[in-house]
Amino acid sequence: MFDVAVIGGGVVGCAVAQRFAVGGATTVLLERGSDILSGASKGNSGLLHTGFDAPEGSLELRCMRSGYAEYLALRKELNLPLIETGALVVAWTEADLLKLPGIVATAHRNGISDVHQINARDLSVREPRLSKRALGAVVVPGEHVIDPWSSPLAYAERAHAHGAQIRRQCEVTGGTFTGDRWELETTDQLVIARVVINCAGNYADLVEGINRQPSFAIRPRKGQLVVFDKAAHDLCTAIILPVPTAKSKGVLLARTAYGNLLIGPTAEEQEARNIATTDEAALRALIEFGRSVIPDLEGCFVTAAFAGLRPATQFKDYQIHAQPHRRWITVAGIRSTGLTASLGIAQYVAGLYVENFAPLGDAVAETQTAVPNLAEVNPRPYQQVGHGEIVCHCELVTAGEIEAALTRPLPARDLGGLRRRTRCMMGRCQGFYCQWRVMQLASPYFAENPVRPHAT
Amino acid sequence: MPHDVIIVGAGPAGLAAACRLHRSGITDVVVLDREQWPGGVPRHCGHRTFGIREFGRPLTGPQYAERMIRRAQSVDIRTGVSVTKLQPDGHVTITSQQGVEQIAARRVLLTTGARETPRAPRMVSGTRPSGVLTTGSLQQMVYLAGMRPFDRPVIIGSELVAFSALLTLRHAGIKALAIIEPGSRITARRPCDLVARWLLGIPVLTGARLVAIHGARQVEAVEIEQTGKRETIACDGIVFSGQFVPEAALIQTSHLELDRGTGGPVIDQCWRCSDPTYFAAGNLLHPIETAGVAYREGAAAGASIAASLRGALRLPDRRVRIHVVSPMRYIYPQVIANSAPPPNGLMFNARVEREVRGRLTVRFDDEAVWSRHIHALPERRVRVPAAGLAVTQEGHWEVRLDPG
Repeated sequence: MFDVAVIGGGVVGCAVAQRFAVGGATTVLLERGSDILSGASKGNSGLLHTGFDAPEGSLELRCMRSGYAEYLALRKELNLPLIETGALVVAWTEADLLKLPGIVATAHRNGISDVHQINARDLSVREPRLSKRALGAVVVPGEHVIDPWSSPLAYAERAHAHGAQIRRQCEVTGGTFTGDRWELETTDQLVIARVVINCAGNYADLVEGINRQPSFAIRPRKGQLVVFDKAAHDLCTAIILPVPTAKSKGVLLARTAYGNLLIGPTAEEQEARNIATTDEAALRALIEFGRSVIPDLEGCFVTAAFAGLRPATQFKDYQIHAQPHRRWITVAGIRSTGLTASLGIAQYVAGLYVENFAPLGDAVAETQTAVPNLAEVNPRPYQQVGHGEIVCHCELVTAGEIEAALTRPLPARDLGGLRRRTRCMMGRCQGFYCQWRVMQLASPYFAENPVRPHAT
Repeated sequence: MPHDVIIVGAGPAGLAAACRLHRSGITDVVVLDREQWPGGVPRHCGHRTFGIREFGRPLTGPQYAERMIRRAQSVDIRTGVSVTKLQPDGHVTITSQQGVEQIAARRVLLTTGARETPRAPRMVSGTRPSGVLTTGSLQQMVYLAGMRPFDRPVIIGSELVAFSALLTLRHAGIKALAIIEPGSRITARRPCDLVARWLLGIPVLTGARLVAIHGARQVEAVEIEQTGKRETIACDGIVFSGQFVPEAALIQTSHLELDRGTGGPVIDQCWRCSDPTYFAAGNLLHPIETAGVAYREGAAAGASIAASLRGALRLPDRRVRIHVVSPMRYIYPQVIANSAPPPNGLMFNARVEREVRGRLTVRFDDEAVWSRHIHALPERRVRVPAAGLAVTQEGHWEVRLDPG
């Protein structure tokens, strides 16, 4: 029997499981996919937000602020990067320009006091490649770029190192509450836990149905993104944000930790929870938008186009509640700020747990919990003496990194997981040069072997 | 001490250049390749379509690569060495088992080849399942690793490489369901589709556009649009063939001038880049030609480098840019340098964006210097003689194609 069963291995589930494992609770993380980050957390823009534009007084803002602080405190221990880009909310119209002082005021009320407005001339000095149509901007120095794949992996591995079990391909299909514990039916074996924490992302309302009539409905919001090759990376320094509208935060341009430039996301409501398709017209519109912001993007090569689903609900704020009598904690509606807020959400959930169920202490880590670095700002293995074979030339990934990803405590078990752990095949050639070699190294480790030998 | 020459890429162009330099008495030549084996792309083309001109007999790609390497046996070829940065005056950053190092040469030749355009930059709608490959990836999986990635794929595109993909699939015992080409005719030369249709029994669907990819984990179907009608073809794999682009990432992040048209470096008639210590040859210059063309270009670039090291190739004091306008896609060399050798007898190579019948004209300012009526097809060579180009004159040189 576990103290805590966390349902969902996205960034929130991983952070929560980690918080409980570190707190000495016996913890199990249940993930339906073949790897963590199989759902909403798979596709995001990789930003660490200050919360300067979050709704005042919201739980989202509270969790973002504490999550931001904990990321900075924890990142060295876990070997996670911080690319200190800052952000610029750029005004492209006179109407936008009139809204900038309000953005500064909100940021100050949210406690982000270094946010300030600059004029078009200063903006052009900071970002010389930005379209000259820009009329001014708000500077948010604390907005940063982080590694969206390594962070949740580090949290999951930290949970594992503190004794948590991470069960993949383990979908919760039902459950019974016996008055003092939950018996969860899964596609694997029965899981018994004293407390259940629902972090099921795009499936949170369905999982909630195991416990009660859900008080919210998930309305998946699709975001499509386009990633440009390394040559585009230096075209801007800061994250370039538009002035938000009532409906959406809009499309941003940002560097990635991996040395690319990203444009997105779109915001499209849809029914399906598991499939996020790309759409040619939307991708072309994103690129067109990118070129209107940075004209020199013309001619830059696209390395990736993908779509993710944010688990929005009918509510603006996060839906995090404990039901003490049911020994259940709901963590839902974590839309686009989950990567930033996850550690803060975990703190908040731990607070609810201590308040309602049991105290938490300190556990001792069994193994070291630093993850391999994927970010360009820190040294990478290909630069070291004796680095061995470089397998992926676009992203300069070594055979050693691929082998490590296949043999670490939470190893990759499919190609997507391997790509997110190493960056292999994520570059401009998308595997033209290296896929065969990646598959040769990795397929013995994969449960579903995607390639078989041919006869000749 | 700088080397005489560093060659980046040990494919046909790089190896041919190294051999030519050796024959010219320049032996301090280092050929670098990031792969574990030299030979380049022919290493994974198993069909017997190589080597007629270079070795006088039909060879498979691996046999061809082996012959080239044997011919270059006295050359210092270093594999497993990645170049990460090109800097002015022949300074090159590399990484190898020794870690990151700076090396230098009096001349650097870039022969990094080309790759196919994969799915992402083609902006295809739909899901992102596995089972989506380029031909290059397929060939390496089949010929180098003995893998069978799928059973019933479709092939997108009809350049020559699409038919190379068919042969690769046949080698692995896989029968493609169809070749899907958006144009009204195949891009490769005529008999290819007949071979596909009649010898291999593979339908070639022209005027068919890929609309979307379906499938959760593995490809389950493609949706195509042909003469206004949508159709779904159940399949378990997709080979994106062709639409080659130069492997020019090093140049994009360097000081060297890049040509938007070819996607490769700007060169003059002596294979020199905008920094005259750098030269380039092969498919890096122009997607895409056969290995044989890359080999000949490499040899010619090798001769040019030898001349420049002997002092027989003066630095230009004027470089005249040759411009092209749509529907011309690119021309190379892009620049004529007013130094020896003169461009007389030189042929420019150009490509068009789409099929055009019309008048091809070389114009100097507003005057037509040369013209001819042509029927140009995409991915086919368009030759433009340079005889009329008087490069001592400053002015606007343009090669244009007016339909009609």
